[in-house]
Amino acid sequence: MTDLETFRSETRAWLEENCPAEMRKPARGDDDICWGGRNVVFQSDAQKQWLEVMAERGWTVPDWPTEYGGGGLSRQEAKILRTEMAKMKCRSPLNSFGIWMLGPALLKFGTEEQKKHFLPQIARGEIRWCQGYSEPGSGSDLVSLQTFGEDKGDHYEVNGSKIWTSYADKADWIFCLVRTNKEDKYQGISFMLYDMTNEGVTTKPILLISGASPFCETFFDDVKVPKSYGEGISSVVGEFNRGWDVAKYLLGHEREMISGMGGDGGTASLGAGFKDVMASEPVLRAQMALFDVDGLAFRSHSERFMDEWKSGTGHPAYSNLMKYIGTELNKSRHELVMAMGGSDALEWESEASKGGSKARNWLRTKANSIEGGTSEVMLNVVSKRILEMPGG
Amino acid sequence: MAMILNDDQSMLKDSAREFMKSEAPTTHFREFRDKECKDGFSHGLWKQFAEMGFTGILIPEDEGGLGLGHVEAGIVLEEVGRNLSPSPFLTTSVAAVEALKSAGKNMRERWFPGIISGETVIGLAIDESAKHRPANTACKAERSGNGFKLTGAKQFVVQGASSDMLIVAARTAGSEGETSGLTLFAVEKDAAGMSMDPVRLVDSAVAAHIDLNGVEVTADAVIGEVDDGWSVLTKILDAGRTGAAAEMVGVGSGAMDMTFDYLKQRKQFGKVIGEFQALQHRAAHLYGEMEMARSVVLKAQNFLDDGDERGELYTAAAKAKAGLACNLSVREGLQMHGGIGMTDEYDIGLYMKRDRALNEFFGDAYFHADRVATMNGY
Repeated sequence: MTDLETFRSETRAWLEENCPAEMRKPARGDDDICWGGRNVVFQSDAQKQWLEVMAERGWTVPDWPTEYGGGGLSRQEAKILRTEMAKMKCRSPLNSFGIWMLGPALLKFGTEEQKKHFLPQIARGEIRWCQGYSEPGSGSDLVSLQTFGEDKGDHYEVNGSKIWTSYADKADWIFCLVRTNKEDKYQGISFMLYDMTNEGVTTKPILLISGASPFCETFFDDVKVPKSYGEGISSVVGEFNRGWDVAKYLLGHEREMISGMGGDGGTASLGAGFKDVMASEPVLRAQMALFDVDGLAFRSHSERFMDEWKSGTGHPAYSNLMKYIGTELNKSRHELVMAMGGSDALEWESEASKGGSKARNWLRTKANSIEGGTSEVMLNVVSKRILEMPGG
Repeated sequence: MAMILNDDQSMLKDSAREFMKSEAPTTHFREFRDKECKDGFSHGLWKQFAEMGFTGILIPEDEGGLGLGHVEAGIVLEEVGRNLSPSPFLTTSVAAVEALKSAGKNMRERWFPGIISGETVIGLAIDESAKHRPANTACKAERSGNGFKLTGAKQFVVQGASSDMLIVAARTAGSEGETSGLTLFAVEKDAAGMSMDPVRLVDSAVAAHIDLNGVEVTADAVIGEVDDGWSVLTKILDAGRTGAAAEMVGVGSGAMDMTFDYLKQRKQFGKVIGEFQALQHRAAHLYGEMEMARSVVLKAQNFLDDGDERGELYTAAAKAKAGLACNLSVREGLQMHGGIGMTDEYDIGLYMKRDRALNEFFGDAYFHADRVATMNGY
């Protein structure tokens, strides 16, 4: 056996032994998803145990270095772990903006001290992070953001507001884009980390068309952000005033993450679940067949994208294309789910509809092509950076 | 198998690209179109394909070929598509070779050397109606003496009149619509009772209508097993479909690159038209569709090369997606070229014609989307 085959069989055996049976069933709703944090409330002992054993092994962040709480796996090993977990239907032990976004930023831009301080907390799910990017006046044109951090000697005094801050009301800390120089649009933003329990931070959930409130408005009134949290642990990641570089890097990650959504369901065909409806609806069946073609194409494409990304042969702006395709496809998927569901799918609160899950999920997907950069902005970026079309 | 080309494959890509660009670019295509060549391709070029090793790309090494797979055949086909290089490569070196791999030693020894040397052309006599419906094969093969007697009609036999041998799908049992009861035969070009009517197609290729009036063949002409032709036919079709999809990735990419270049040069309203967001968004969308097509074609090729059971599903998806994306590319290409896109002088129209023919070849996007649905149980 090759080393990778050995790793695969050992991983499978370890998962068999350590993943509780309950954690191998699909999550029934948002409550079944573990986000960690200071105020974490585990839904069950199994959920707690699953997080603990995975964190212990570094497998909440399998490809991070072991000294920062990761598993130290190579990309092939990490892929094997993902595949084996998918085969056994293991739930993700920990969902976290710390893992998906802040972690990669710290790994790339952080000092050794920042990494040692913040990364293990993220890996163990001890601190729940939120992201402060968009502002009421700065959506697609993010770089125009105005939340300002004034230098007050040993601290910055932050004033302003953010919007679409995911789970800001539940987060412990925020990684936030703060203007630190009003004269320079691009090189006047810093990437700042601070505690949401600071005086002057308030959050207000936003009720969405789906009825859920995953996003907040977040307000900062004279918030004191220390310049340092200890020796070498600056509250600013990367260079002061160069937070836009960090933000751009992270947006790439976010787009990559969101772009994966068109592939949900893995190998499964969307149409396979609706045979009865389609038997009497040839036009709907035809639409579904074309969707399934795109589903297989996107699945293949995501695999190629990941292989190219990891081998360093991909175009740096490619995640913008993935985000565009993935989110548009996910919206199509949910349009079809609604069409298949007919009037049953319209029910908003009934038990039969699991509290209107189809309708609510369908509405949720409409944000996919807005958040993290709209489809239109993605097409602009693809056109200019990949296709090298002329013009500003 | 990783979804990126390895070093050998990248080298093959470079050499195939360089070869088609210098030896068989669109000017070569035009030359053969304009002289109304009865074959629709150059035998000289086919010999050059042989010198490059392309002709035997799928033939096992111990039988004189390169022993490579569908990924490699697809690399060549993409460049064929990009340059509209006319050749019997897809039918002879991809689909027919895949059939002959299921044939006995005698038949392989009879045909492989000529394919490898670029002397032999093999045609596929499968379709019997305007739309590709292989299971509906009605052409009959009745037992006759030591062999069979074939009766029926075939159409869309690309390069049929230029072929040294035709692979004919015929029914030895069962009835129209059934996949069992089919048998494949190798019928040589001078077989008595076979008549051909070659017709030029919109893309300047020549395809034949064929009448089989009691064509006698011996039992040795059977490829695979009697009544179980479907299993070999599936291999031919998977190879042909994935190959046609790869060629369409080339056609679509060629049209797309040409169009993007044009957007960067053409000026109107005092601007290069590529500055207009209305065109930029369409260009970026098209690029995404072509990229998806490229990926699913590569996945299908990987599965076929690995003998993975998902090969058939992904082949259907690949032919469908490549067909839709390539078609979008030529339509957007022509529109974005504006008036000159309608002229014969510009190449974009040639790509549009080639796309139309390749979309039909081995079943169009709708046929294959329907197969995806059927394979998924609905």
